[in-house]
Formats: sequence, C-alpha cells, structure tokens
Amino acid sequence: MPKRSTFLITCLAFGFAFFYIPILSMIFFSFNKSRLATVWGGFSVEWYYKLFKNAQVLNAATLSLEIAVLSATLATILGTMAGMALARFTTFRGRTFFAGLVSAPLIMPEVITGVSMLLLFVFLGRYIGWPSERGFTTITLAHTTFSLSYVAIIIQSRLQSMDVSLEEAAMDLGSKPWQVLFDVTLPIIAPAMVSGWLLAFTISLDDVVITNFTTGPGATTLPILIWGKVKMGVTPDINALATIIISVVSVGVGLAGYLMYQGEKRRERDVQMALAANK
Amino acid sequence: MAGALPTNTGPVTTELELPGAKKGFRNWLDRDAWRDISIFTPYFWLILFFVCPFIIVIAMSFARSIIAQPPFEFGKDWPYVFSDNYARLFSDSVYLRGYLTSLYNALIATGLCLVLGYPMALGIARARGAMRSILLLLVILPFWTSFLLRVYAWIGLMGSNSWFNKLLTPVVNLFLPESMEFSSIPMMNSNFAVILVVVYSYLPFMILPLFANLEKLDFTLNEAAMDLGSKPFQVFRDITLPLSMPGIIAGALLVFIPATGELVIPSLVGNSADPMIGRVINDEFSLNRDWPMASTIAVALLLLLVVPIMIYNRMQSKSGEGVT
Repeated sequence: MPKRSTFLITCLAFGFAFFYIPILSMIFFSFNKSRLATVWGGFSVEWYYKLFKNAQVLNAATLSLEIAVLSATLATILGTMAGMALARFTTFRGRTFFAGLVSAPLIMPEVITGVSMLLLFVFLGRYIGWPSERGFTTITLAHTTFSLSYVAIIIQSRLQSMDVSLEEAAMDLGSKPWQVLFDVTLPIIAPAMVSGWLLAFTISLDDVVITNFTTGPGATTLPILIWGKVKMGVTPDINALATIIISVVSVGVGLAGYLMYQGEKRRERDVQMALAANK
Repeated sequence: MAGALPTNTGPVTTELELPGAKKGFRNWLDRDAWRDISIFTPYFWLILFFVCPFIIVIAMSFARSIIAQPPFEFGKDWPYVFSDNYARLFSDSVYLRGYLTSLYNALIATGLCLVLGYPMALGIARARGAMRSILLLLVILPFWTSFLLRVYAWIGLMGSNSWFNKLLTPVVNLFLPESMEFSSIPMMNSNFAVILVVVYSYLPFMILPLFANLEKLDFTLNEAAMDLGSKPFQVFRDITLPLSMPGIIAGALLVFIPATGELVIPSLVGNSADPMIGRVINDEFSLNRDWPMASTIAVALLLLLVVPIMIYNRMQSKSGEGVT
C-alpha cells in the first residue's frame, strides 16, 4: 500500500481551497444586505426574493430549460446512434472521417463553432428561406450538434466495455438485429444514455458563446442574460442566481454520484458472488 | 468474464443468407436497417451542421467586407476570391499580437495546470475506496457547475474592494519598495487575471485524464524501486513520471486547445488593449461586422491548432475512450 504523503495531502488541500473558495465567497455574498456586492452589510435574503419576482430572469430560465431538454434529448438519440456506429460497425465506408467528425466538436474552439453555425443559418435563411429568424430553433440545433459528441463518446466507451457475447447469444437464438437492439443492447446501455443526457443537458444549460452567436432578437437564455449583466460588474442578484444554480447542480451531481457509487458496489458484489458460485 | 475481446465482427453484420430470405424492404428492415440508420443519421447531421458551416467559413474568408445586408460579397470575376484578408492578417499587428497573446496565455496556463493538477491527480489516485470517490466528485463538481458563474466568482474576488484583494495586498506589498506599494492590487482586466481564471476553469480537464492514467499504474514497480534503494523523488522521476506521459499529454492538450480560443474569460476579466484571439474574432464579427475578416482569423486559428488537435484525436482513437 502506498504511504500517505504529506506533500500530496497539502497539494490536495490547496487545490480544493482554490476550487471552492471563490464559489463559497460568492454564495456568502448572495446573502449580503448591501448593494455593493463585495462589502458585507448584514444578512438578508432580499435578493432571492427579488429574483423570484423578476419576470426577465424567470423567462430566460424557462427558455434555457426548454432548449436544454430538447437538445439533450436529440443529442442522446443521435449520439447513441453515432456511438453504436463507432463501437459496433467497424467496416463502413468513410468510418475514419466519421470518427473524426464525431470527436471534432469536442475540441473545436467555441468561437469558431459559433461563427460557423451563425454563417450556416444566415446562408440557409437567405437561399432556402429557413430559418427565417434566429432563436429557439437555431440555438437548439447548435446545442444538439456539439453535445451529441459527448453522448457518442460515453456510449462508445460503454459499448466497448460491454460483453458482445450477449448480443451474439440473442442473434443465435434467432433475434433480428432490431430485436437485439431493443431487448439487449439498449437496456444495457441505458445508464450510459442517462449520463449522456445529463451531460448534454448541463452543457446546453451552461453554454454562452455558441448561444450568443446563434440567438436572435427575443431569445434570451439564462447564460446570455447573466453574460450581459456580468459585463456591467458584480451585483448581488447575480450572486443569488448563481447560488441557486450551483446548489441545484451540486445536489444533482452528488445524487448521481452516490447512485453510481452504489450501483458500482452492487455490481462488484454480484461479480464476486458469481465467481464464488463457479468455484 | 469481463474480458473485453477485441471484436471486429459486430453481431449485426452477419452475412448469413437464409434459404428463402425475404427480399426488399422487409429484408432490409430485418437485417441492415439499424446499421444503416445508426450510421447515416448522425453522419448526415454532422455534415449538415458541422462540415457545411465550416466550408462556409472557409469560403467567407475569401470574400470581401462591404457595407450592406448581409455585409459581404464574393469576387465577381475569375478567380472569384479575395486574398486581402489573409494579407491583412500579417500586415495588421492586432492579429499577430492576438495570436501571440493567446498562445502565451494558453501555454502558461497549461504549465500551471500541470504543476497544480499533477500532485492532486496523484493524491486522488493514491487514495482508497470511498475517499477516492469523494475526492473525484469534488474535482468533477466545479466542472459541472456553470463555467460563466465560475468566471463571475473570480470577478468578485479580484475586485479592488474584495476581501481577497485586501488580504493579498499587504502580502504583495512586502515584496515591493515603499514607493511602489499598492492600495489594492490591480488584478482585474489584466493578462494575469486571464491566466488565473483559465487555470481555475480548466484544472479539472488536466486532473481527470491524469487521474485516469495514474490510477492504472502498477504500484509494485514503485515498491521494487524503493526496495532497490531509490529515494521517493527518484522513484517519481524514474517510474511514475515517464509512465504517466500519456496522461500528461492528454491533459495538456485538453487545457491548451480550448484555452487558446477562449472568449468568455478574456472578455470578462482580460485587458481590452491586448485581447486574446478569440475576443478579436468576436469583435471583428459583432462590433465591426467584418464577417470575412473574422472568418479568416478563425481559419488561421484552426490551422494553428491543427497539429495539437490531430495529436489529441490520434490519442483518443488509440485509447478508445473519453475521460468524461
């Protein structure tokens, strides 16, 4: 067993302090009475109260959620297909190009993706007449495109670690490919699809650069709204909004992590029991 | 049983002709439908929404900016292209400086991420059981919370009235001669702020691939080296460090590539007199409405990044799995 190293523990402590102090400071100042966002003036929850009465913020949040749900769902469908194509079908024409295409949006600088998407929509609007204006639809299409890559990679790695003999057994027993898909493959990769959906959902909810390029008049998502306000400086209501968003995400991620940890433990136990039974 | 056999024969591609096989649509539906659909649909989508836009950007980089709606025109005579934009890329110092600032910031940030992230990844990889899961979750959590809000949190910390700045000012002043002492440190709107926030935002991208790599290392090698008389530092230098090279490269590229094209961070905390190239693209596009020039800068940025992107792609296809 490795020995506990004081040096490594110090580094971890420093690193986590670096990660969390800015966030904790922001949460702390969201309860500030003072208008000055960084000078303490007593405890108050008035910024939260004002936030829930701010129609602009509520509308933006609703729009963001709608876009995130729709684009994450589309991305999960397309990404699952792409992940399967990459993991299971190794011999189709143009596969190398396809594999590059799937992973390219992951590392493409966002500004470039944003500019190119906007130009596509401008050209389409000009020569086909659709989309006539940018907004909900164009943002959703753009978000779907870059988040499907994340889903595809999750699905691909899940399929690669999955036992192919299960699918082969079903084939031998006379199942048609689409029956194998619905009866064997999809139930097995369902948890990976859920985490892919969650990742796509979070990415969409969070995106500001690509949204900024593909949005149009009247379609203000929450990050765009925050972006506009943050440029003006730090305000206590953004602190409050940030606190709400971060709490929701933390609870979600913590819960998902806990469930995955439990599932992993159960699986390990099952494997061990199966091995013991075989002896 | 969990032996991941390398398989090239997907079950769906079985070339078995049954006697009296049904022809036509039913046949396709029963045999190749899923394969064809699952390849064609995302392929078509990505060509329409990723390749086409990119071809348009390349074409746009050869157009000319005009004052009209939309604000560009293509050449009317052979060879139908203008190369003025590319000439301007080298003649106007704004662009070259933008690229240099971006590369400089991204390189420093990558180095800092490595120095900070490596011991953290090692510490997590050496932890056991529930502790390891908790530490890993603590790294992933900020990665899931809004990027924009994390940048915002630093704006609050760096401002001249913040407790952080007030705490740091006397410390910095210790190292300065009395005549140069600060009343508060001018952190905001500087390259320093950009690098600091880039490191903060991208550190998980360094830690996660490093952890994935370090976790797999065989600790008995370290023990063997120690038994043979190596000191801890020698063990690290001779064994752990060389073996973790793939993790270091993957992490460094995952930080370097997006950091070079970063737009949000330089726009919010950066120095507007010395902008990074992402911000230059955005300003050309949105403020100057010079779409062709913005496209030219974007194409050149991608050319600059093509080597690191290729290395990263190759590593990805080799290892066959992502870090997320």
